[in-house]
Amino acid sequence: MQEFVQQLINGLSVGSIYALIAVGYTMVYGVLQLINFAHGDVFMVGAILTLVLARAFGWIGIESWWAFGACAALSVIACGIVGFVIERFAYRPLRDKPRINSLIAAIGISLLLEYGGQHPKVFGPTPQPFPTAMLPGIGANLPVISGLIISRVDALVLIVTLVLMATLTYIVLKTKTGLALRAVSFRFDTAALMGINIDRIISFTFILGSCLAAIAGILYAVKYPKVEPLMGLLPGVKAFVAAVFGGIGNIAGAVLGGIILGLVEVLVVGYLPNGSQYRDGIAFVILIVILLVKPSGLLGKHVVEKV
Amino acid sequence: MQPRFRALFAVILSAFLLASCEKKSESASDSAEIVIGQVASLTGDTATFGVSADEGVRLALDEINQNGVLGGRKIKLVTEDDRSLGDEAKTAVDKLVSKDHVVAIIGEIASSRSIAMAPVCEDAKIPMLSPGSTNPKVTQGFQYVFRNCFIDPFQGEAMARFALEDLKLKKFAFLYPINSDYGVGLRQYVNDYLTKAGGEVVASESYTEKTDSDFKAQLTKIKAANPDAIFVTGYYTEAGLIARQAKQLGITCPLIGGDGWDSEQTLKIGGDAVNGCFFSNHYSPDEKRPEVQAFVEGYKKKYQGKVPDAMAILGYDAMKIMADAIHRAGSTDGDKIRDALATTRDFPGASGITTIDEQHNAKKAIVIVEIKNGEFTYRTKIEPK
Repeated sequence: MQEFVQQLINGLSVGSIYALIAVGYTMVYGVLQLINFAHGDVFMVGAILTLVLARAFGWIGIESWWAFGACAALSVIACGIVGFVIERFAYRPLRDKPRINSLIAAIGISLLLEYGGQHPKVFGPTPQPFPTAMLPGIGANLPVISGLIISRVDALVLIVTLVLMATLTYIVLKTKTGLALRAVSFRFDTAALMGINIDRIISFTFILGSCLAAIAGILYAVKYPKVEPLMGLLPGVKAFVAAVFGGIGNIAGAVLGGIILGLVEVLVVGYLPNGSQYRDGIAFVILIVILLVKPSGLLGKHVVEKV
Repeated sequence: MQPRFRALFAVILSAFLLASCEKKSESASDSAEIVIGQVASLTGDTATFGVSADEGVRLALDEINQNGVLGGRKIKLVTEDDRSLGDEAKTAVDKLVSKDHVVAIIGEIASSRSIAMAPVCEDAKIPMLSPGSTNPKVTQGFQYVFRNCFIDPFQGEAMARFALEDLKLKKFAFLYPINSDYGVGLRQYVNDYLTKAGGEVVASESYTEKTDSDFKAQLTKIKAANPDAIFVTGYYTEAGLIARQAKQLGITCPLIGGDGWDSEQTLKIGGDAVNGCFFSNHYSPDEKRPEVQAFVEGYKKKYQGKVPDAMAILGYDAMKIMADAIHRAGSTDGDKIRDALATTRDFPGASGITTIDEQHNAKKAIVIVEIKNGEFTYRTKIEPK
């Protein structure tokens, strides 16, 4: 029993990372109906930039949450700018074209960041250690309750995910920008007729989405302290799956989808013989089954296309 | 085609033909450079393997080219990066053979990639010498494929013997990469010896190399089985993360790895968590043998004080053994080099006296490295029986 509960905790820990990435994915999709494949790569840029900044400032050996926080904050801001630039130069010129063009542009940006980052003059392909030593005590666990172990990183990731989910939901549902965002997601041209500057709203969406990706990337690197230019690839795909699973475009759905995906993966490894071989396979089979039963995802709304 | 163009076409064509003739006659002449190819993972997941091997090879090359081979001919090295991918390694061999006309090939470190390269070299009748692939399949059934290191049955036995006899432990668990020839093979050989020698295996879990970064589900299962030590038969890319997560889950028993752990990345990523772990290796820079110390000194001088790892010394020895084989063959003919490689006896390599046996493997002692206070330290040496 204790082992089972521990496995649930492990699953929650994996799932909350997926959830964190999925939130940004789903938000951009919700507004633009664009699957931003570069999301996982902005995630990577966020993590790598934090390391590069810490190195540039000579803070690698310093044990200070503030120093790390400063690097992380700068990196998140920089990723916001990266997101803005990507949208401005790669997606905006294609906005009136068929959606497949934007999708291909997204794949292009993704590959550019991955393979550009592998160039030795940029970062290089070799995995490098993330400076978790700057965060004293992060590797420790919370007080052990009846043999169950929860690490501080996992608790941190889960809290950040829930806080971001709440904040985003608030922004989307309760603020004026959020109202504009929903209007744009409903229909570009009508929103423009209502006096909404759609360019600005879409830029805002991308900046916010990229900041979220960067935060996820940094937390991921704190949890698994090894960074390299391809690190965003698989978490990106998993988070995309989580977002679809939860109902793409729905923020709470993305969190739910991520956590369920994490739990399923861990339970498959934990309770099937040779489970780790089927980890991804079984998770995806479950995804397919759920989508067959509920095509719009767990919390997704079924939208009727009016002709 | 107009006559004018036809004339032009003929001129261009003959220029090409002439150029290609010239090239051919050049490579056939006796004073020309001897071209040797190398396939190495200079980038990608296991980049430190390729970079270290390449640095070792180049250090050896500097020494060899002072006098040259076959009466003063210099060796020219063409290195191809395979980005740590098996398919790319195979393509690299194709290119080296068909375009660069290499007389022999050095590479790879990772067994999966050497296994991908071997059939191509065999078909082209180009001798291939792997500096550090330890899986038996690399050379099995091939006439032209050799290696400059021990093989995993011996490594597995050494790891098991160390755990049973030196550490005096009884109950063991495995955590191994299911998608790696090296990792699966090594697990099997450790397991074979353990069960033969009376050790008990209480858990065996796998993971997927390159894609998995969370191992807590497997480690939770292993912890419940309460082993005395865990054999982690993967590469350094995962070893550090596994050690960290094991520590977080309150697992205190040592982890024991193979030569795939040998990279400074194990220490950097693993941090405190890898202290008290062990792994088997081809050499240790602490070793006091004069050949080892001379090599370490030369390497540090060439590469700005960098301490060489095992892949570097194996690359260095591989290049030296290849040059020696060409020297003894007295020719750059593939078959003659092959025969010379096969008859390498008591070659004084930096990583040990090297003799290549009938299965094309080298017999060398194994060093057990202990990780203490964030450093690799020499623990003991296990001689082949």
